[in-house]
Amino acid sequence: MRQFLIFTQKEFYHILRDRWTTVLLLILPIAMILLFGFGITTEIKNTRFAVYDMSHDMATRGIVNKLETSEYFTLEGYLDHPGQIEGIFKRKKIGMLVVFGERFYENQLHSGDAQVQLITDGTDPNTASTLTNYATNLIREYQQESGTLSPLPIQILPQVKLLYNPTMKSAYNIVPGVIGMVLMLVCAMMTSVSLAREKEMGTMEVILVSPMPPLLIVLSKVVPYFTISMINLFNVLLLAVFVLEVPIVGNLFLLIFVSLLFIFVALALGILISTLVQTQLVALLASVMGLLLPVVMLSGLMFPIENMPVVLQYVAQIIPAKWYIEAMRNVMIKGLGISAIIKEVLVLALMAVVLITISLKKFKIRLE
Amino acid sequence: MKAIAAHNLTKRFGSFTAVDSISFEVDKGEIFGFLGANGAGKTTAMRMLCGLLIPTSGAGQVAGHDIYKNPEQVKANIGYMSQKFALYEDLKVWENLRLYGGIYGVPAEEIDGKIDILLKRLGFEEEKNTMVRSLPLGWKQKLAFSAAIFHEPQIVFLDEPTGGVDPVARRQFWELIYDASDRGITVFVTTHYMDEAEYCDRVSIMVDGRIEVLDSPAQMKKTFQADTMDEVFQQLARKAERT
Repeated sequence: MRQFLIFTQKEFYHILRDRWTTVLLLILPIAMILLFGFGITTEIKNTRFAVYDMSHDMATRGIVNKLETSEYFTLEGYLDHPGQIEGIFKRKKIGMLVVFGERFYENQLHSGDAQVQLITDGTDPNTASTLTNYATNLIREYQQESGTLSPLPIQILPQVKLLYNPTMKSAYNIVPGVIGMVLMLVCAMMTSVSLAREKEMGTMEVILVSPMPPLLIVLSKVVPYFTISMINLFNVLLLAVFVLEVPIVGNLFLLIFVSLLFIFVALALGILISTLVQTQLVALLASVMGLLLPVVMLSGLMFPIENMPVVLQYVAQIIPAKWYIEAMRNVMIKGLGISAIIKEVLVLALMAVVLITISLKKFKIRLE
Repeated sequence: MKAIAAHNLTKRFGSFTAVDSISFEVDKGEIFGFLGANGAGKTTAMRMLCGLLIPTSGAGQVAGHDIYKNPEQVKANIGYMSQKFALYEDLKVWENLRLYGGIYGVPAEEIDGKIDILLKRLGFEEEKNTMVRSLPLGWKQKLAFSAAIFHEPQIVFLDEPTGGVDPVARRQFWELIYDASDRGITVFVTTHYMDEAEYCDRVSIMVDGRIEVLDSPAQMKKTFQADTMDEVFQQLARKAERT
């Protein structure tokens, strides 16, 4: 037991005496959550738009006004003739152009066939479709308010309501993902790098010759990073709730339980990597390529898994973060209980058991 | 009982025989030099004796324990200093010593006192709180040796302990080895430096995985009609087929 305590203490010295390691471990997660929470966002605000209006009547003015007063759009100006359409997209930074047909108001009243065209910049399809959605909704709102709904006999007007995230804040989506990423980074990468460092420095050889049981060596490597992971989890949750204003709807203990499970998986992965590599650099590269990139690309953090090619969808299933992020979204954002995430919990538990068994087996008592 | 006994100890990596059926015995308190060119199999042989490698065949006892059946008993009774300098650079001098003491199970209440005595003997009290990183290499090596014998093992294995330091520092290092030997610790040391071979009670010279000769330095020089151990070594090393 004392062997274990002394060895763990030494590990904490390594972390705390290297300023950059400390920064990396404690500041990076905070920076990441703020960066992702504020910077990377799928919402669109204050997009500038221009109008080519062939009618200039009260209906078109009303619609333009409606768009302009929304938080999504700002009016850039009017075009005089259609020849300017191409030019304005190239010259000015506008996101959308609204074109009204001739005699818009009259047509609307009499034939119900008033035409409005929305032109967006398709180089970024996601933004383009989001913008047209916003604009379409605003135009429909205008119609309702002005009582000039087209006189079709039967009207179906979908009322869209976003559950759990009514204001469409992307932080709701990002926070569980970033927690997953941070935990993976801290646990797996740092564990593998610190074990690889002992190999590189030659100290591993000396420890392996000592009577210290291999299980204790591994455990005392794991405990400091486990502690730091808990601190990080706490920090990130605090930031999420108080700065990004993402509420924790579900049970906090369930949330911590799922996170613990995921931390075990990540730590085991870190040990596994360290048994396969000899140097810190390779450990670092293996962690980034093998863990971090899949977490970012394939876990559903940024890109929905349902939209991936089938092969990648299968690959995504073996990524622990995918299951973790799904469970976190369910608990944290939707407020669901254990019964809703039982599948995720079981998958993570299975991964933890398998990985810990393999990595402990592979961790060599002897060098060869 | 011998401190170390090896009988036909062999290690193969695939088709390559790194250590080819070596047999030797080391007496208690002896300073045993384990010589050989690079790649002759010294480190592999030593690692088998320390329980870092499993022998392909043959048997060995270290401190009276079988290296195959009781590696844990072997480990508890030996000290080891690796080829790479193996103290933690970002720990202080006394923290390193306490760590190794702790790993080898030296009782907590004894550790602090032992550290003070040891540093005093080395004339090193001033540097107790110095980060190991900022010490000169010669001092690091002395410290690493002191850490390796901090728990008073029966046998200490030194793998090229004096690589890269000047003759004065090497001489000082050997004084520490003599000290340890006087206290009854058996010293098993590999080295490249033939002047160091002269300091050993007995030396063995390995060529291509086999022990070619095993004798005291004086006797060996007589047998080979050489003035120095270096000449002996040159004559033997020339026979090597491995490079």
